[in-house]
Amino acid sequence: MKNGLKKKDWILIVVILCVAGLAVLVRTFVGAAGANRVIVKREGEIEGIYSLSEDREVEINGGTNLLQIKNGEASMVQADCPDQLCVHQKPVSLNHESIICLPNRVVVEVESGANREFDAVTN
Amino acid sequence: MKSRVAYFGVFTALALIFSYVETLIPVHFGVPGMKLGLANLIIVIALYKMRVREAFLLSVLRVLLSGFLFGNYFSIIYSLSGALLSLSAMTLLKRAGGFSVTGVSIAGGVFHNIGQLIAAMVVVETFSAAYYMPALLVAGAATGFLIGAAADGMLKRLKNLWQ
Repeated sequence: MKNGLKKKDWILIVVILCVAGLAVLVRTFVGAAGANRVIVKREGEIEGIYSLSEDREVEINGGTNLLQIKNGEASMVQADCPDQLCVHQKPVSLNHESIICLPNRVVVEVESGANREFDAVTN
Repeated sequence: MKSRVAYFGVFTALALIFSYVETLIPVHFGVPGMKLGLANLIIVIALYKMRVREAFLLSVLRVLLSGFLFGNYFSIIYSLSGALLSLSAMTLLKRAGGFSVTGVSIAGGVFHNIGQLIAAMVVVETFSAAYYMPALLVAGAATGFLIGAAADGMLKRLKNLWQ
């Protein structure tokens, strides 16, 4: 323990890693393969649903954000907010991945088509 | 007692400068909300050098000032949620005893990210942000470790600073 970490510190680190590992397991378990479309939501309401296999650009929220779908991946290419966090985020393509633009309250979620009706009901 | 006020001012200024330096680092990890958390270094030191309520006041002031200067309304909500949860967790662990400065800081880093994630989920009304939970947990522990090691080193050299 030459780096000054005590026993409880190690327990804490192990617990954190276990929770992270468990979350990854839950994620892979819940998020089965077969993501094929993106859902664009604004303030929790669905604004549009677009196929991932079709290359296109989508204006969201009257032009504050510009979403690009290319080669089966979705990425935010433009946003009018100052921090640009969503623009710097890597493209999403896996089930349940999402891009969030906090200032404009825009969420872009990757979904598999089979889950869609279920989600529409629960929302 | 007069020097406490002076030190509080210096700490606030330092935390603000560290927040500014953070905005200059042009590294984006591809996951929203992932960053080094340099200002946390000052907060950790304040936790060990000041009273608890002073550390909380410092943390809130830091978030508000840096939010108005370099951020926006949303980054304030975001940071405040993370900062308060982080400092609460660190205070509890420090009181519980048995944790080193680094351990306390690791918890701080992890809970800072959890707090931000909760704020993001509330603001955009979606659970999908939970997808990034594992990455943010590990990142929080890693940055917390780095910040904690630095704070530990600084605290050893700041022994003569009041008290």
